[in-house]
Amino acid sequence: MVPSVLRDYGFCSALMESTLINPVLPTAAPDVREVSVQIRRRSGKDFELDLAVALPPGITILFGPSGAGKTTLLDCLAGLVRPDTGRIAIVEKILFDSAREINLPPQLRRVGYVFQDLALFPHLSVEANVEYGISSLDAQERKRRSAAILESFRIAHLRARRPGKISGGERQRVALARALVIDPAILLLDEPLAALDAATKAKIVDDLRAWNQQHRIPVVYVTHSREEVFALGERVIVLENGRAVAQGTPHEVMSAPRLETVAQLAGFENIFDAKVISAHAERGTMTCQLEDSAIELETPLVRADVGSRMKVGIRAGDILLASLPPAGLSARNIVPGRVVSLGQRDVIAVAKVECGVEMEVHLTLAARDSLHLQPGCEVWLVVKTHSCHLMAV
Amino acid sequence: MDPQAFWLTIRLAALVAAVLVIVGLPVAYWIAYSRWRWKFLAEAVFSLPIVLPPTVLGFYVLVALGPHSPLGRGWEALTGHTLAFTFEGLVIGSILYSFPFAVQPFAASFAAVDSRLVAASQTLGASRLRTFFRVILPLSVPGLVTGVALSFAHTLGEFGVVLMVGGNIPGVTRTVSIDIYDKVQAFNYAGANSTALVLLVISFLILSVVYALNRRVWVWK
Repeated sequence: MVPSVLRDYGFCSALMESTLINPVLPTAAPDVREVSVQIRRRSGKDFELDLAVALPPGITILFGPSGAGKTTLLDCLAGLVRPDTGRIAIVEKILFDSAREINLPPQLRRVGYVFQDLALFPHLSVEANVEYGISSLDAQERKRRSAAILESFRIAHLRARRPGKISGGERQRVALARALVIDPAILLLDEPLAALDAATKAKIVDDLRAWNQQHRIPVVYVTHSREEVFALGERVIVLENGRAVAQGTPHEVMSAPRLETVAQLAGFENIFDAKVISAHAERGTMTCQLEDSAIELETPLVRADVGSRMKVGIRAGDILLASLPPAGLSARNIVPGRVVSLGQRDVIAVAKVECGVEMEVHLTLAARDSLHLQPGCEVWLVVKTHSCHLMAV
Repeated sequence: MDPQAFWLTIRLAALVAAVLVIVGLPVAYWIAYSRWRWKFLAEAVFSLPIVLPPTVLGFYVLVALGPHSPLGRGWEALTGHTLAFTFEGLVIGSILYSFPFAVQPFAASFAAVDSRLVAASQTLGASRLRTFFRVILPLSVPGLVTGVALSFAHTLGEFGVVLMVGGNIPGVTRTVSIDIYDKVQAFNYAGANSTALVLLVISFLILSVVYALNRRVWVWK
């Protein structure tokens, strides 16, 4: 089904192309499987999608309010919608180029697409759904591949059921398996987990991350959920009204929260890379060390191995400041530091505290005054265990 | 009841329904998915048999099948006899007459298939033809059944077109509805009643099946 040219990635032309495409993300040499997108598409009177982004292997989160053009971008990538002008290429393999009048049909693009409503075929069994995209393989190979992917997404026992007879989380897995079994060159996920409860979501996120570790292809993941941004995202592109208004790592995008959508993302003012030092299953806590510092925080227990890397997010409003060494507190994390700057945002005082890392703390103006806070003051930061939000890297 | 007329009518209706499946599916697909700007004109033409008096349709079919039209001449050269007043002519007239009753339910059910399912099929590498047979058609079963049943039932009861195109030749073009008309003309009310009742019951049964199928069996949950 898939023409062999799609699988041949030439390096020479890849380098040539990269001078033309002007990727906005800072990428050194173009990755073997990077997707470059530069498109314009007008729909209706007042909406225009106008984007130039690079999508390297790994998960890129597409974040933005509804109507920002997220799904339209995915449809353009999949070939379901035709941009007015521009170019889409997987390195040198051109999917769309208005100048050269190339527009590969969706059938030839080898794009794995998990739709917002999943679009499972209701009249086909789970197995038939998964095998739909690999029907050109001979029966033996087809069964082998579908069995393997059903197994790895833990839905093998559902193979004979119809999509209408399984749970939402199971349907989600079927949709993922169906998209991935074709060995796509790029994976598009349109809010695939929006309808699920947190526990089911976390399990599927784990599976997806495990899959992504093995197959490094560009994954474009549309979401509204801040948690998913941090749980999954290696990069974030913030779309607003058809334009990419911010892009970078989740951390980078949030350190410049000038925009409303970005500010929405920036619910955690403090985000640090951390390493799991030890886990205390019996107490339901873990100890994590913040990277590039000696700070150890007690955090809630999550499913992670000792030594693995995580991100810790702490909301600036969840941190207490003390001007004397506090004692007799239930809070488990007490970190000494020094105020480096003091600002004011509306009626909130914003203190930046150096304590090995720089921590942003929000407090009321009255609290600031009664503590006589000044830049240079010695302070102690008090953070409850459950104010430390762990996120997978 | 005249069994000869009865079986002739059943044969005619079944043949017409079968041909309309073959001819109607591509036309319905085109109606459902084409973005041609003048499509509405074609749709209007396809729907004409619904509003046109059967005699008008029958008249033009008769002219078109007659020895003065290219179609009639071609058929005559091929088979040695004209189409008018033959069973074949009746089939052609009935196909035109019942065309919208098959094509409209087909097209409506195609158009009702979730476009995201079609998109999913495409991204999974399926050609248009494969998408049609594996996704669109199976999900359009209620529309298919409706179209087949309606065109069958509609052909069963047609009168005007038959009279114009076929006349009243026993065993060749004499259908049930013509038979009923004849009996009434001959004041044979009892005979007309028994035949009419059979037609009524059959039509009711067909429509019951259509509505029953549309209601439950083919809904994928």
